[in-house]
Amino acid sequence: MRTLRFLLRKEFRQIFRDKAIVAMIFFMPMVQLILMPLAADYEVRNINLSVVDHDKSPYSRKLISKIVASGYFRLTGYNASFKEAFGLIESDKADLILEIPHDFEKRLIREDEEKLFIAVNAINGTKASLGGSYLGSIIGDFNADIRMQLVTPPRFSQFPVIDVVGSNWFNPVLNYKVFIVPGILAILVTMVGGFLSALNIVREKEIGTIEQINVTPIKKHIFILGKLIPFWVLANIVFTIGLLVARFVYGIVPVGSLLTLYAFISVYLLAVLGFGLLVSTFCDTQQQAMFIMFFFMMLFILLGGLFTSIDSMPDWAKMITRVNPVRYMIEVMRMVMLKGSSFADVLPHVGIVSLMAAVLNGWAILNYKKTN
Amino acid sequence: MQDDKVIVCEKLTKRFGDFIATNEITFDVHKGEIFGFLGANGAGKTTAMRMLCGLSSPSSGKATIAGYDVYTQTEQIKKNIGYMSQKFSLYENLTVRENIEFFGGIYGLSDERIKSKTEELLQRLGLKTEANKLVASLPLGWKQKLSFSVAVLHEPKIVFLDEPTGGVDPVTRRQFWDMIYEAADSGITVFVTTHYMDEAEYCNRISIMVDGKMEVLDTPTNLKNSFHARSMDEVFYQLARGAKRGD
Repeated sequence: MRTLRFLLRKEFRQIFRDKAIVAMIFFMPMVQLILMPLAADYEVRNINLSVVDHDKSPYSRKLISKIVASGYFRLTGYNASFKEAFGLIESDKADLILEIPHDFEKRLIREDEEKLFIAVNAINGTKASLGGSYLGSIIGDFNADIRMQLVTPPRFSQFPVIDVVGSNWFNPVLNYKVFIVPGILAILVTMVGGFLSALNIVREKEIGTIEQINVTPIKKHIFILGKLIPFWVLANIVFTIGLLVARFVYGIVPVGSLLTLYAFISVYLLAVLGFGLLVSTFCDTQQQAMFIMFFFMMLFILLGGLFTSIDSMPDWAKMITRVNPVRYMIEVMRMVMLKGSSFADVLPHVGIVSLMAAVLNGWAILNYKKTN
Repeated sequence: MQDDKVIVCEKLTKRFGDFIATNEITFDVHKGEIFGFLGANGAGKTTAMRMLCGLSSPSSGKATIAGYDVYTQTEQIKKNIGYMSQKFSLYENLTVRENIEFFGGIYGLSDERIKSKTEELLQRLGLKTEANKLVASLPLGWKQKLSFSVAVLHEPKIVFLDEPTGGVDPVTRRQFWDMIYEAADSGITVFVTTHYMDEAEYCNRISIMVDGKMEVLDTPTNLKNSFHARSMDEVFYQLARGAKRGD
């Protein structure tokens, strides 16, 4: 234990002496947390629309102006034929084509029915599918307007109508930031902790100082602890800064208790740092460690449920996410911060992450060899 | 001088695949002795030394260091030895004082002892004014002297020095050897590798390794006589000329 004290003192001295690292640790999370949620957004805007209007009637013009007025679309072409409009899709100038047939107005009024044609450029999948559905709902809206004008609604509907009214719990106005900020914070803490720990022991290997440590009677688990604790403290500081940014920039106040949040993150960090240290014991150079961490971080983040829902992944991918610590972190962050889950609610998560922490750190200690 | 062997080595061998880095070396080192471990580059000196320090596990053969086995008791060995590697390996981004404190603490010295040792060391090395400077800013000669002092800080039974004076100026080398003598006088056994033949003359006994084998082992005077050489340089040339390995 006394040895640990000396190790910790040494690590903290080294960390705080490196001004670049200190700046990184504190500024990176702030900048990213402030920039990312504002810029990266699920909402699709500026969809380029090309219209082929064969009808040229007041109704068709009304429909077009309604679409443009929605703010999601940008009219980039007004073509005489579909072929011409398709040229715009081919040259990537248009994402959607709306074709309005002849007699659109006439048939809409007389026959109370008309078909429109929408062609979607599906190269950018998200933009295409969201754009298509936005357009669909605007047209639906337009249709309802017309019917209101033409047909006096009966006092009582002849047909029973089910009107579905949804209510969004935990994020009532579907604020994207409320959803994404806790997730980004989870990833930031993971990145900072993971990379710092992965590079540290390898750095000592590169400089050669590890030799001097290895000829001392220092115990392996004490050495690993001496590396673990400083980064654990730093990552907790990063997390706290992140919570403050969430509170004062986005006004996100955790609904659940902070104690639950910190209890989970304490265990979670042990797992992440253990993983970093394990990578560190396998590598000989910082470059190797960097690439390996990068590989795993990408997997962890993309399969972590931050950007895409785990529920909609294929079964084999869902299996992978079970051993992904980031997944549990993001879930707990959202549960506690948005839903107000209690410690008992996140207990299964704590259990799994504790197991990961034990395995990863145990493995790191085993794999750190003082004698080759 | 018979029962005070601190290093006993019998047919110690290290293989890396097909390559035999150290080939069945057998020798003893006595307490308080300055033992010179010579050989051309690539002769297997560093590998042998790493095995004796418990940094590398031997492929075959036997060895005990301060009475402890190199296979099973590496951690006990580490309590009883000091080591100074070829490459400077104190922390460059810690100060002189912080390095001394750290290694003192790791070896389990008490706080008062660390304090008194630090003052004594700084005094002796003439580093008082540099005590709070980062080690990175020291000239090489001072770094090496500091390294040595840290290696014997916990008063080990044996200290292993791997080319401690490489790249160091003659005056500093002389001072360095004064420190080695001082340590030997206080009962610390010194096991040292070097490429400087004048330094070899300072040793009580020297061995010369060629291509992983220990070719000779004797006092410098005896070696010179048996090779009909005037200096250690000549002895070394005669032996090392036949070497196939090296860079």
